[in-house]
Amino acid sequence: MTLTGAQIFTRVLMEQGVDTLFGYPGGSVLNLYDELYKCQNKIRHVLTAHEQGACHAADGYARATGRTGVVLATSGPGATNLVTGIATAYMDSVPLVAFTGNVGTSYIGKDSFQEVFITGITMPITKHNFIVRHVEELADTMRAAFRIAQTGRKGPVLVDIPKDVTAARTEYTPAAPEPIPSRDRFTHADLEAAAALINGAKKPILYCGGGVAASGAGPLVKELMAKAGIPATYTMMAAGVLDYGDELNLGMLGMHGSFTTNKAVDEADLILAVGTRFSDRVAMNAKTFAHNARKVQIDIDASEINKNVTVDCSVVGDVSSALKELLPLIQPAQHPEWIEQIHRWQKVDYKPVDHDDRLMPHQVIGACCEMAGPEAVYVTDVGQHQMWAAQYVKHVKNRGFISSGGLGTMGFGYGAAIGAQMALGPSARVIMMTGDASFHMNLNEACTAVSNQLPIITIIFNNQVLGMVRQWQTAFYENRYSSTDPHRHTNFVKLAEGFGLKGYHCENLAQFKDAFAQALTSKGPVWIECMIDRDEKVLPMIPSGGSLEDMMMS
Amino acid sequence: MDSEKHVISLLVDNRTGVLSRVVGLFGRRGFNIDSLTVSATDHPEVSRITILVHGDAAILRQIILQTDRLEETREVFALESADSLFRELLLLKVEADASNRGELREIGSIYKAKIIDLSPGSMVFELTGEPEKIDAFLKMMEGYKVLEMCRTGITALERGGLHPHTSPI
Repeated sequence: MTLTGAQIFTRVLMEQGVDTLFGYPGGSVLNLYDELYKCQNKIRHVLTAHEQGACHAADGYARATGRTGVVLATSGPGATNLVTGIATAYMDSVPLVAFTGNVGTSYIGKDSFQEVFITGITMPITKHNFIVRHVEELADTMRAAFRIAQTGRKGPVLVDIPKDVTAARTEYTPAAPEPIPSRDRFTHADLEAAAALINGAKKPILYCGGGVAASGAGPLVKELMAKAGIPATYTMMAAGVLDYGDELNLGMLGMHGSFTTNKAVDEADLILAVGTRFSDRVAMNAKTFAHNARKVQIDIDASEINKNVTVDCSVVGDVSSALKELLPLIQPAQHPEWIEQIHRWQKVDYKPVDHDDRLMPHQVIGACCEMAGPEAVYVTDVGQHQMWAAQYVKHVKNRGFISSGGLGTMGFGYGAAIGAQMALGPSARVIMMTGDASFHMNLNEACTAVSNQLPIITIIFNNQVLGMVRQWQTAFYENRYSSTDPHRHTNFVKLAEGFGLKGYHCENLAQFKDAFAQALTSKGPVWIECMIDRDEKVLPMIPSGGSLEDMMMS
Repeated sequence: MDSEKHVISLLVDNRTGVLSRVVGLFGRRGFNIDSLTVSATDHPEVSRITILVHGDAAILRQIILQTDRLEETREVFALESADSLFRELLLLKVEADASNRGELREIGSIYKAKIIDLSPGSMVFELTGEPEKIDAFLKMMEGYKVLEMCRTGITALERGGLHPHTSPI
């Protein structure tokens, strides 16, 4: 059967099971949009306010489900507006396929209108990218893009399609999606070496990263913790993989992790790092990190072994398949003295103080979790509110905490929340936490939430400053608040009304609870602005490059 | 940390853009390239990129593992000098006239360099050999006025039959 490139585009999307894509039309993708119009009962296209929002939405869709997110943009500025979104997905290993239109092949390289070399621009922020120069290559290139996005360590792939390729015709043969090839490289000897170190440990700590969430290995990690009596900590990327009621779950580690988790890592004689890369927000000083411990690393990406921190033993493969084979080699054990020691540290750990007269971030988040229930999905922007959310949200389920970790993209949240809500359906409870500064970056996507009647509840922690940068200026720049106090007069309640949604303003916990209770009954998006003190800090904190002894508790 | 020279052999899909992916990766990760050659292989769909780098063992391992992540990489491995053949080609143009032509020719013949061009005021040598041999020849030429020079960078193969390569972790 002979089809146009644009028809093949929609056919291959359907082959791959794509039901939703996010995007923004333009000149070089008109043919593609014409075909999307014809198959809108099969593929839902979500129009955003800006391509960056579309890319974050595709990312949020992928993070909420594990399926590949899809975004479509036109050439030139449409393509460049995807760049931050693609880099965000790349840093957090999120499966994403970005399609960009380009000018016709005869116009490429001539600085034509809305022409940009997007494959060159995105080379360092994609797993791979393609430019499709002949319509005969289109279907297989698209199939390869979906396969690459999901294979091994997941990530974004970009496919650039010149306009004439979307109009040209060729033979189309349908094909089922290829099975995703395994990237497991570990041997039985690797597992035995890892098991020997685990079985011989007296003070072990398991440290989970985003790979545990990506692999859906939470239950296996919990089984290992219970069997070997290993207390565990996690990075922000793994928030939600462990049970909060479990006394072996010590909480988050790293720059804004607790004293207990960082102390336990410092004193441990074994670190079992699972699906994680010893990033500089966790192993802030690679030389002193867990200096008393032998280290075992399980990761799907061989290049992560010994990249930041040198390990004694490595298992290269998917976390779930590695843990499944490792578990039978683990001897049942308990470490009561070690656990008791950890409990002593927990008693002297940092505890935030409650206030009745003003809004405290931990109280807002606590009330929100209690009222929203355990099934809620939390999405954040980047900054202080993000760290408060990571510290105090306690009802998170797997894939229930969506945040930009590696790139730290302010403005990520609203797009990602839209993607998550679209993926999970209107009955899901999606809560977006943001700060006034992050929110100002991409709040334009409120119009998308309104158009699609998405019941996203946005909690804006408004301290009227760029809080995280200001916190660093307080700590390290003698209170010289350079460009962190913008003197904005944004009225979030009126702004919400302007967008066609409901906004609330709260100055104490009782007001917040009232507003949140009303928000829970709303069919469309809601904003709740929470006024907090500009000097509120994220604590504890270890300065970048520092060690446990540099931890700030006040 | 001891910084040693290493030769990396990289077999990649013969497609447009693959060289910029490899070079871009090296630039982004801060790996220094001392020389780089791209060549055809016996397989029309495969190109060989031979890269001379310097760094310690950990850097070499990272270079190989990071390069291996590229979608178009088929195989990547370090070539150990004891088991490998390294060759480089040099073209060297020196100022030469009747007064020193004879002695230049004599140095050239010791190194088995060919004279491939001669003019009243210049001479061009062609020399193939291991990089060290080329370095030694150039040292001998320091006393003369070099007008222009071009070195191809290393091209390399392993000795003996085909070898299996294991991952460096």
